[in-house]
Amino acid sequence: MDNNRDEKAYWLDDSRNVRKIVWALVIVCAGLFIADGFYYKHPYFAAEEVFGFYAIYGFVMCVGLVLAARLLRKILMRDEDYYDREEKDD
Amino acid sequence: MIEFNPGLIMVIGGLLVPLVTGMARRVLLLALPAAGMAYTIALDPGTVASIAFFGYTLEVLRVDKLALVWGYIFHIAAFLGVLYAIHEDDTVQGSMAQVYMGAAVAAVFAGDLITLFIFWELTAISSVFLIWASRTERSFRAGMRYLIIQVGSGVLLLAGALLILADTGSIAFNHIGTESLGGKLILVAFGIKCAFPLLHNWLQDAYPEATVTGTVILSAFTTKLAVYALARGYAGTEILIAIGAIMTMFPIFYAVIENDLRRVLAYSLNNQLGFMVVGIGVGTELALNGTAAHAFSHILYKALLFMSMGAVLLRTGTIKGSELGGLYKTMPWTTGFCIVGAASISAFPLFSGFISKSMILTALGVEGHWFTWAVLLFASAGVFHHSGIKIPFFAFFAHDSGRRPKEAPLNMLLAMGLTAFLCIGIGVYPDPLYAILPFAVDYVPYTAVHVITQLQLLMFSALAFTFLMLTGLYPPELKSTNLDSDFLYRRLAPRILASIGHIIAIADSSIRKTALGLLGGVMRWVERTHGQKGILAKTSSAGAMVTWVVGLLVVYLVLYFTG
Repeated sequence: MDNNRDEKAYWLDDSRNVRKIVWALVIVCAGLFIADGFYYKHPYFAAEEVFGFYAIYGFVMCVGLVLAARLLRKILMRDEDYYDREEKDD
Repeated sequence: MIEFNPGLIMVIGGLLVPLVTGMARRVLLLALPAAGMAYTIALDPGTVASIAFFGYTLEVLRVDKLALVWGYIFHIAAFLGVLYAIHEDDTVQGSMAQVYMGAAVAAVFAGDLITLFIFWELTAISSVFLIWASRTERSFRAGMRYLIIQVGSGVLLLAGALLILADTGSIAFNHIGTESLGGKLILVAFGIKCAFPLLHNWLQDAYPEATVTGTVILSAFTTKLAVYALARGYAGTEILIAIGAIMTMFPIFYAVIENDLRRVLAYSLNNQLGFMVVGIGVGTELALNGTAAHAFSHILYKALLFMSMGAVLLRTGTIKGSELGGLYKTMPWTTGFCIVGAASISAFPLFSGFISKSMILTALGVEGHWFTWAVLLFASAGVFHHSGIKIPFFAFFAHDSGRRPKEAPLNMLLAMGLTAFLCIGIGVYPDPLYAILPFAVDYVPYTAVHVITQLQLLMFSALAFTFLMLTGLYPPELKSTNLDSDFLYRRLAPRILASIGHIIAIADSSIRKTALGLLGGVMRWVERTHGQKGILAKTSSAGAMVTWVVGLLVVYLVLYFTG
């Protein structure tokens, strides 16, 4: 590991650029959502006919996934050396 | 020309590795998978070779289109894995990796259950050296657990094979099904190696403890061999749809909260296997093609992801998300290759996952399995979340950890570059892959609907990640161990055994106490009669004895004459 001295500044170091990426993502998402009205669907399931189904499903399920995982952590999380302590005593 | 099993090239060649050193060894290590690949390409479907063994005919080589898909990809993965590890000078690891990879190939081309069993066990025994090669206490223990479970899978396979032999008189390895007891046992044997739910944890336990290079090789073979075996023996077995759906779903919750990034990848490996198992369960031509294609592209992108994380581990000495971040500044190539792997596993258009995973989802649509389809769609979004975003984000971006490691060694970059090239190549031009699939392909991945819906799913998942990061809802990377099913045998079982032992100890000591009390009573009684002052133990003089004898004689005489 070197020190951070004399290091060149990276484009991502600037928080304004990170903000640009976030906005770009939002615009892309908006575009994709609207695009749902401009092509012919041939769905296998009724749910697919809902406008922007894949977009809504992706967003909702991912937020749900993370929130559920946060709860799981309360039940499942132990110290890093949880198993090591007891197994070393064998 | 006498045909033989192409896996033997790496198995036997691997045993010769310790005999050479330096440059010659490196050439040998790379030449073996290359030679195996060349020979496999030359084999025609329909080729069979057999030997007699204790009155049975072992079909040691059976070539068909299903086996060839795995034969090709295993050799490609072997070559890339060896190239990635070529800078290492570890004789045991170099040799055993070849034996392991060769055994996996040999098992794929096995035409009967006994040959399959032999190479099934050989993959277990040889691969454990890749875990032990870390040479730590942790890896030794993880390796032992891994070995017990893997060998156990083989024992079940053998038991099932013998039952089937008794039932049918044949050991041929074709469709098995779950009707017979033997069929059920073999399904469990395959299920262990395929990391079915609750039989899965050896994977997340052992793979992250292997060496930097060992994990890359391990990730490709064992589980995909099991997928092949399932596809051959259990295609269309309905229960596999449910098992596979669970496999796609539960590991992603773990992956979100896991800190060890190689363990995150192990969870997502488990999740990807679920897609393949669902495909086998559906069992239509499209679904089985999807499984084969997905196994092919999965081996490549999963190896690529493990390679990039291995490079990080090699250069920084840690793979914990909580200690990494900002590495893109000094490891730009590794970062780029990791992103290619991430895009492939997430099934972005133009990357390999896009053209293979969708075949399985479409097969579900055609067959009308709406619930499984919804689960797999959720799992697709989830895998992008933890493998597609979390892995590259926390390793290479996120908060700057201040670490400025060197870029990965040249051979690693070369291996990653080649693998990344294949991931993109398959995604952009899938026709060569489609051409080698077991059934004729009537599937077009690049349609407006597929591209747009897939992009919607992925970009809105990315939006969800961004939203959760910005609002601070995303669980931070924390140093932790998360309880999984290994809790059952690493904590619960030892504790139950310990408490059973405790109860036995209490019972034992009270039984002993009672017995000793009784014994003491007997001893006191004996003491009273036979002790120093006991009536029966008194010593008497010889004269007294003679008097007694004479007395008795007198009594006898009197009784004799009066009687």
